[in-house]
Amino acid sequence: MVNATEKILAQFNHDRTRMMDILLAVQQEFRYIPRESMVIIARALSLSLVDVEQKVSFYHFFAEQPRGRYTVYLNNSVGANMNGRQKIVEAFEREANCKFGSVSRDGLIGLFDTSCIGMNDQEPAAIINDRVFTRLTPYRVRQLVRDIRAGKPMAEMMTEGFGDGENSNDLIRSMVGNNIRLKGPILDENYKIGAAIKKIAQMSPEQVIEMVKDSNIRGRGGAGFPTGLKWEFCRRAAGTEKYIFCNADEGEPGTFKDRVILTQFPRMVFEGMIIAGYAVGATHGILYVRHEYRYLQQWLESVLDGARRKSYLGKSIAGLEGFDFDIRIQFGAGAYVCGEESALIESAEGKRGEPRDRPPFPVEKGYMDKPTVVNNVETFCSVVKIALNGGEWYRSLGTKDSTGTKLLSISGDCMHPGVYEIEWGFSVNDMLDMVGAYDPQAVQVGGPSGSIIGPDEFGRTLSFSDLATGGSLMIFGKQRDLLRDVVLNFTEFFIEESCGACTPCRVVPVLLKAKLEKIIAGRGIMKDLNDLSAWSRLMKANRCGLGQTASNPVTSSIKNFRHLYIERLHQDKDYEIGFDLDRAIQDGAHAAGRKPALTETHHG
Amino acid sequence: MPQAANPPSRRLTMGKTIRFTIDDTECLAEEGKYVLEAARDNGIYIPSLCYMRGYKPRGGCRICTVMVNGRPMASCTTPVTNGMKIDNNTAELTEIRKSIIELMFVEGNHLCPSCVKSGNCSLQALAYRFQIFAPRFPYQFPVRDIDASSPKLILDLNRCINCRRCMRAVNTPDGKSIFGAKRRGHRISVKIDAELGQELTDEQATFAMHVCPVGSIQVKGNGYITPIGQRRYDPGPAGLDRDPSQIPTNGEGQP
Repeated sequence: MVNATEKILAQFNHDRTRMMDILLAVQQEFRYIPRESMVIIARALSLSLVDVEQKVSFYHFFAEQPRGRYTVYLNNSVGANMNGRQKIVEAFEREANCKFGSVSRDGLIGLFDTSCIGMNDQEPAAIINDRVFTRLTPYRVRQLVRDIRAGKPMAEMMTEGFGDGENSNDLIRSMVGNNIRLKGPILDENYKIGAAIKKIAQMSPEQVIEMVKDSNIRGRGGAGFPTGLKWEFCRRAAGTEKYIFCNADEGEPGTFKDRVILTQFPRMVFEGMIIAGYAVGATHGILYVRHEYRYLQQWLESVLDGARRKSYLGKSIAGLEGFDFDIRIQFGAGAYVCGEESALIESAEGKRGEPRDRPPFPVEKGYMDKPTVVNNVETFCSVVKIALNGGEWYRSLGTKDSTGTKLLSISGDCMHPGVYEIEWGFSVNDMLDMVGAYDPQAVQVGGPSGSIIGPDEFGRTLSFSDLATGGSLMIFGKQRDLLRDVVLNFTEFFIEESCGACTPCRVVPVLLKAKLEKIIAGRGIMKDLNDLSAWSRLMKANRCGLGQTASNPVTSSIKNFRHLYIERLHQDKDYEIGFDLDRAIQDGAHAAGRKPALTETHHG
Repeated sequence: MPQAANPPSRRLTMGKTIRFTIDDTECLAEEGKYVLEAARDNGIYIPSLCYMRGYKPRGGCRICTVMVNGRPMASCTTPVTNGMKIDNNTAELTEIRKSIIELMFVEGNHLCPSCVKSGNCSLQALAYRFQIFAPRFPYQFPVRDIDASSPKLILDLNRCINCRRCMRAVNTPDGKSIFGAKRRGHRISVKIDAELGQELTDEQATFAMHVCPVGSIQVKGNGYITPIGQRRYDPGPAGLDRDPSQIPTNGEGQP
């Protein structure tokens, strides 16, 4: 254990800013992070043990105790539940003979919940030892557990065919499907790395920024900050050492388009980063990928190597003296909040992924306190197309304030879930017709941190001035109980994924959940509904955008589906029903295995 | 003061004097100063809890939230700029601040009458300032640990409000953190380093106790040295002259 840990430390030059990689490697080695290793890491990096512990314990996929020789992380998103997750849970628990959140007695199988793993179009899905298994059924679970008990290697456990496109590449070999349903300029297969680099190499960095500004493109992660402006700020920021970050930590439940891009068009992502590096004057790029996509690691590394061999990365790119740029891949370890750009940077520096206070913004002080641009995967791809076709071409797509195309991750109650590339300005009604969603009850636009809308608003359009979205669209049919299946699930997600730094974000969602459960159980009164609204308002005092939107499931459902709350409230009572005698007797009798005679008589 | 290893508050730029307003009152400050500090220099009190004078701020508690040009911002981490329009004493902000204090009360187990810190506690003093008689949120009654493994300190997490003052201020001379945060979200909890906790000096332990705004960190064998009636907030609640951001050094923070 000592030797292996020390070897890993040496591999990363005893550099504490590479803490994530060190811990990922230790976890890979032992399948958890033993305390002994933490002690060695702390000593070697001149940190206190508690300092290492606080980093390890922040991330969902870092284990301080063994989590089984086979560790099952079963997605618990709305999408999974809608596709029969409960049956999968029961099957796993029965076959493995242990409950979720624990490890089987023989230490063979560990069962754990995990937040959305980016497979919402092929749920229920689980990650087992870094391999993704999609569209699980109870029968498939029985097979898997049987294979685990037989000691089969992971590669042989996959009986399904490979997914489409590069998913069958020798370096991926995954059953995950791309489900690309509508292609546009970005998802166009006639793409080869290099043409865009050649084009911008004939321009000055300032001209590149002008071109990006001219295109009017806004960030694709959800916040929609103008990309050209961000690059300009970073270029103008003092200092010679600058960084380009690609945010591939797509953790917003229901989003999976970046996974498809990384599978199918990783070269385009890297080319976009190289262009940004040229424009901003940065020499280093970091692609920060969520842990859930580790099955893409070898593939992404090999694409990077290929780009280096062709001199798209390295020194004097495109023959331009001084155009030096290289990219490294940083994997996360399971934390939604790291999708927030400053938390992403903190994590890449080897710290807890907690958002920073701003100002200063990353373009002034980002990675290692150096000026840093953080853009979404899709933004970099769009930039490549802008470089090839010009800003004016890009402006001809979409609407005036939302130019270009947008990749949508569409899932839920529809015939054809998957990735669709549309032009901004697309209406929700058209989207529903496109994916075959008939008579839907609601659409969640922009994931849990976005808003839930009903049929009254299906005429609205996807754009920054109307319904802004990072691309997650979930459709809910009439059979869904929006409060129980959706709002409660999303609230639990935010409880799980809060970093805990700000008081409102740490406490309020827990309180909201209890209120929701009370209302869903039919014990709510009007005051409970009013409390939900009032307490949600405190969330705006949180530091980061994620914390500020964590009550959106509650507020947007109260706004657009108020009747669903009202019909569950006791209309005739204005006092707190903290205790229901009948119910308590029923529960007590049930627990004791008796018939609740009293209640039956009472109701006569 | 021992172990104040962190540098003083970072200033973005120095020197230039700028004008800004707080609740329409004209104020002057050095450009780049944090709003909270600039306000106090101008005699305007903004309540705070996780902020410590002389240390790098980390807008965590959010009690010092003000409206900057109409947007909620933590005043302890927002640098003041020329012409900035700040709202401080508004009904909306009072409601947010009061609520945050109530959230802290229900999030932990705060039993003031039996707490050794009563009268010296910044959380309690702010509760009086905001006239909180009972929190409007349901008590969570969490099960939390009391860690008495250090020979010098007791860490009572029932009273911890996760302000992280200890984490920021209490370090070894070579810069190692003695306190850290385990886990995240509502499961977050402060932890004292297993090794360094054993090696604490009396000075470090006393400093840690002073840094803690509540009764979470207590020096062993040191309770009730200052009698009730002579404690920090006994004359009145938190405000200008009894500033929660000031780490007491003259014994008035001692329970």
